[in-house]
Amino acid sequence: MPVDVADPATAAADALLPRPFRVVANRRETSDTVTLELEPLDGDGLAFAAGQFTMLQAFGVGEVPISISGDPARPGLLVHTIRDVGGVTRALCAAEVGDVLGARGPYGRGWGVSDARGGDVVVVAGGIGLAPLRAAVLEVVRARSGFGRVHVLYGARTEDDLLFGDDLEEWAAEPDTEVAVIVDRAATSWPGRVGLVTELVRAAAFDAPRTLALVCGPEVMMRFVGAELTARGVPASQVRLSLERNMRCGVGLCGHCQLREYLLCVDGPVLSLDAVRPQLGIREL
Amino acid sequence: MRSLQELLAEHPFFAGLDEDTVGMLVGCARNVHYRPGEYLFRQGDPADRFFVVRRGRVALDVHGPGRTEMVVDTVDEGGVVGWSWLVPPYRWFFDARATQEVSAVAVDASCLRDKCDQDPALGYALMQRVAGVMYQRLQSARIRLLDLYGTDRAG
Repeated sequence: MPVDVADPATAAADALLPRPFRVVANRRETSDTVTLELEPLDGDGLAFAAGQFTMLQAFGVGEVPISISGDPARPGLLVHTIRDVGGVTRALCAAEVGDVLGARGPYGRGWGVSDARGGDVVVVAGGIGLAPLRAAVLEVVRARSGFGRVHVLYGARTEDDLLFGDDLEEWAAEPDTEVAVIVDRAATSWPGRVGLVTELVRAAAFDAPRTLALVCGPEVMMRFVGAELTARGVPASQVRLSLERNMRCGVGLCGHCQLREYLLCVDGPVLSLDAVRPQLGIREL
Repeated sequence: MRSLQELLAEHPFFAGLDEDTVGMLVGCARNVHYRPGEYLFRQGDPADRFFVVRRGRVALDVHGPGRTEMVVDTVDEGGVVGWSWLVPPYRWFFDARATQEVSAVAVDASCLRDKCDQDPALGYALMQRVAGVMYQRLQSARIRLLDLYGTDRAG
């Protein structure tokens, strides 16, 4: 849930204190990405909404914002999928079963999956962007009959970079659910699609005015996907993007994650395309 | 069994062409089928036709000495394979390989170029469509050059 920052001093005292979590599983997804499953040492589960993140800490190394990739219906298990891109994430990826990590949060505004009830859902992920969307898809699948057609459209660099292969298969087996994968380039043994994720958006069948689109990936990709979705007739207010900036405090105090008028740690990370489209086109912002 | 006229008329590539125009194209077209692993054409061969994919998937492969063969694009149902037939020296630049059962309509390039020479309006309509396909492929290739899914952020 978003943190109430009406009293910054009180909020900071509580919200900046990490809780200890024990690693109960470390599963390698790709050559540089692992999924950690964590349980709270104090036994109190961490309730979260799909799309929220925590500040995850490797004690003595540092702290980084990581989206929650687990099932919102299972708050007792905190699941994070982490790509090794630097010192802190390298330490997190190397955490072994039994190690203790710190986590603050959950922070930010999530996908608001329930807004899609009664209509179609189009999930578009690029690379590691499938991690925060996994929580949203799990929520949809859990209440499958409440939604119309569901498309999970996933782009990755190569077949070796694909995440959550078992999940993709399970989702594809759901009724009226299409899972489509495309990679930038492939060996000739790859039987799937090769190209750009926007091609999947172009080919998908959905009722655009009644569609909620959830998009996560590199910002350039989200710009192109947003353009394709709106060209297909999805209102920009119904296209939601998860944005990433340099989040530090997580509670709207430090300003590191500011994107014009938005503090992404509290106003985001999920924002609608109509709110951020002007900013996405500004260089270096 | 659907006629070639119907197959062409309902393919997205020919959307917007009137019945008579599609009828002219039928004279240059024939149905073709490929099993998985069969090649529609090979790099360096004469580019004497293009393919309107009705069903299945075609992979465009590139290979070179000492390098692993790679798929750089795929074309699915509703897509079009091949534009080397339009540009001298009319040779294929890639291999095109069926990765699934493929049903397509092959359009003879020489026949079509003759018709376009005789009827510039037809030529323009076709060039608009081919340019649209080329534009999308070029954009796709350029955007993929950005290596979108790599990371530009440390942490």
